[in-house]
Amino acid sequence: MPATTLLFVLLLLSLVGYYFGRRRAFVVAGSPSQVKELHSRPTYYGALTALWCGIPALLIFGFWLAFEDTIITQLVVAQFPEELHKLSAAKLNLIVNNIRNLVSGNITSGEIDATMQAAADHYRQLQTISSAALSVIAVAIAIGGILLVRGRIKASLRARNQVESIIKYVLIACSTIAIFTTIGIVLSVLYEAIRFFQIIPITEFLFGLEWSPQMAIRADQVGSSGAFGAIPVFMGTLLISAIAMVVAVPIGLMSAIYLSEYANRSFRSLAKPLIEILAGIPTVVYGFFAALTVAPFIRETGSMLGMDVSSESALAAGLVMGIMIIPFVSSLSDDFINAVPQSLRDGAYSLGATQSETIRKVIIPAALPGIIGGILLAVSRAIGETMIVVMAAGLSANLTVNPLKTVTTVTVQIVTLLVGDQEFDSPKTLAAFALGLLLFIVTLILNVIALYVVRKYREQYE
Amino acid sequence: MRKQRAIDIVNQSLPRRYRSERRFKWYGIAAIAASIAFLSLLFISIFANGYSAFWQTYIQLEVHFDPEIIEQDSLATANYQGLVKKTLRDMFPEAKSRRDKRQLYSMVSGGATFQLRDAALTDPKIIGETLSIWVPADDDVDMLVKGHIERNVPEGERRLNDQQLKWLDALAAQGKLEKRFNTVFFSVGDSREPELAGIWGAVMGSFFTLVVTLLLSFPIGVAAAVYLEEFAPKNRWTDLIEININNLAAVPSIVFGLLGLAVFLNFFNLPRSAPVVGGLVLTLMTLPTIIIASRSALQSVPPSIREAALGVGASKMQMVAHHVLPLALPGMLTGTIIGMARALGETAPLLMIGMVAFIVDIPGGFTDPSTALPVQVYLWADSPERAFVERTSAAIMVLLAFLITMNAAAIILRKKFERRW
Repeated sequence: MPATTLLFVLLLLSLVGYYFGRRRAFVVAGSPSQVKELHSRPTYYGALTALWCGIPALLIFGFWLAFEDTIITQLVVAQFPEELHKLSAAKLNLIVNNIRNLVSGNITSGEIDATMQAAADHYRQLQTISSAALSVIAVAIAIGGILLVRGRIKASLRARNQVESIIKYVLIACSTIAIFTTIGIVLSVLYEAIRFFQIIPITEFLFGLEWSPQMAIRADQVGSSGAFGAIPVFMGTLLISAIAMVVAVPIGLMSAIYLSEYANRSFRSLAKPLIEILAGIPTVVYGFFAALTVAPFIRETGSMLGMDVSSESALAAGLVMGIMIIPFVSSLSDDFINAVPQSLRDGAYSLGATQSETIRKVIIPAALPGIIGGILLAVSRAIGETMIVVMAAGLSANLTVNPLKTVTTVTVQIVTLLVGDQEFDSPKTLAAFALGLLLFIVTLILNVIALYVVRKYREQYE
Repeated sequence: MRKQRAIDIVNQSLPRRYRSERRFKWYGIAAIAASIAFLSLLFISIFANGYSAFWQTYIQLEVHFDPEIIEQDSLATANYQGLVKKTLRDMFPEAKSRRDKRQLYSMVSGGATFQLRDAALTDPKIIGETLSIWVPADDDVDMLVKGHIERNVPEGERRLNDQQLKWLDALAAQGKLEKRFNTVFFSVGDSREPELAGIWGAVMGSFFTLVVTLLLSFPIGVAAAVYLEEFAPKNRWTDLIEININNLAAVPSIVFGLLGLAVFLNFFNLPRSAPVVGGLVLTLMTLPTIIIASRSALQSVPPSIREAALGVGASKMQMVAHHVLPLALPGMLTGTIIGMARALGETAPLLMIGMVAFIVDIPGGFTDPSTALPVQVYLWADSPERAFVERTSAAIMVLLAFLITMNAAAIILRKKFERRW
């Protein structure tokens, strides 16, 4: 049966198990007045049955679905005629993909011969067998779980303690997902990146001055040699992030200062949410705004002033990214300014300082570590931001610091290299993972420093 | 010269200091004004570009369902295109040359053909009769009617020539040109023709993706928060988990896309472009947000509640399940809604796992190929046709409407259930 139906059946069986377990507990207890003789309340016996019914079956279900496809593919490939095994891995992969398409009824590339049709039939047959086997096994385990627990239900069974310890293990498992995600990110990105560095030396990647990832298809093709020096890409990222910070830090910081020190309650309760709306707008909207409104505006202003501005200038992307980051800077700075104890302000006022002098000479220095932490978080956000630059910045990697020229960024390159058809053995695709690894490492370092600084600072005044 | 007293020095500097005080205050006001100005500029530009997409120009055709063209026994495959062309030729007999005819045909959307076929298929009795049917106009005509294509520029710089303008004016004079509410936009999937493109496919894709995200991230996030806040011993292991969660909250979303591509697509061989994979990736992305929000909701429940529950003999699990969780739930839900709103607006990771394809069909399940609303915005923003600009803006308006609703729900929830202890 289909996976969703099976899932429903399993959940239903768990419900049935709950009911059976609970009823069994009443039966074991005897008369209603003796229910208190049970170790736990009857619902716990029900819950124990349901858990033993559901969890093992669902685990099997999950693992089966995760590995079903790989195993079936292996079996089908093993059945291939001799001559197919002699083909290169890429060709074999192509054939396997075609068979998959054939199975799911999609359009295949190239024509279908008898061997492929046979393989597809074999595949489909294995799929049917696997699906049937999964249904039988999962349902059998579920029912077995019910029967097993039901047979063990006695008045002295410590059902509550068992249920609670099972739930506790489930909670622990849920909380470790964060670790597995990090491990998953590191491993997946690292694995492909290492494959990339086997083709392109890491020094060339880190220090090369030219980036043009298009590989020549034929050996004698002119141009598109494929150069993987990432310096221009980094410079582009830095340039756009720097422009964004130039916009976001003064505006964000000043609005935070005004809102927390000068503004009255009603103005604050109006302006703060308005600024925070900026943080809730999807980045794709900012990208569209940058490409449609801001970039043409900058280009026309530039040409009126007699300057040659690219239509995908770094300035447009950076400016809009800066707008996006304003609320991050402002709300974090706001927190830290508010955390400065009132006694520091009172001290400054009593010495005769004006309000702005108090802010500049006392509050900002006191809140500085926190504010810097917030700015670092904002920088990490700017470096990792994707959609604005994909839509408003360019593709060509120019090594320049002129904000009116086109530059490209790490995230733009990842997206262009990975969207569309991919071949997982060409350095072009693998380069995206190398860039991803670098992006991850850089943002990780920034985040760790920022979080450390922020945490340290929070403790200072508590 | 008399020796200056300190108070005189202070008094002398006072005007300068007060000026700088006022200046500083003005910087603050200017900063806030700038952010609010950016915000309104963004909204105004989107709205000004997009509101016209909710209307679409239609042309009325007097179609004679000629039994010679449409035969009863092959209704589905008959030459409806020829029927549209013939109708147009009958309306404007002066179009004689091949070029004129081609231009005449191009004024009506390609969707007219399918509309006539659907009409004939639903009611075969209309064959032989003459009906007046409103069909969508081509996107160029639509743009002209809405004023996005200038009439006054030289003919060569326009997408419609003088002859076509004359025909349009004739249609308008006869009342056969009309702007109507654009139901197509809300009911169909993507199309290469702007007048036939809609967001419903993308909305359904987003819906399925978010359902997966919600079903996975809410229980897992709450469970993780409960463990870390209520049960976890303070040791190196829980510190590690905590550091990981805080870091993941700040990892760029595109990195999650890379993870999805490498793990879910290449390792587990899950289908490309499927909402279920999008949901998995967005789950990993929103989990930290939900965990952090849920933990602060749990922290705000006062310890006296816990002690009272333990005091009357509840086990630790009973204390959490019966007392702490219900009290923390509104805060958790608020955090979850905000996380879902972020997931709804997220584009970059979905690009990585192939939810960026051109998909016409409306997805009907979790494994059907689909796009999502923000990805649709990205796809349309890349299209060269002028009519896609307004449709992109309109799609953004729909997306923002969803986000505003979700955030408003979160705020209302917080206002209604917030408790000060």
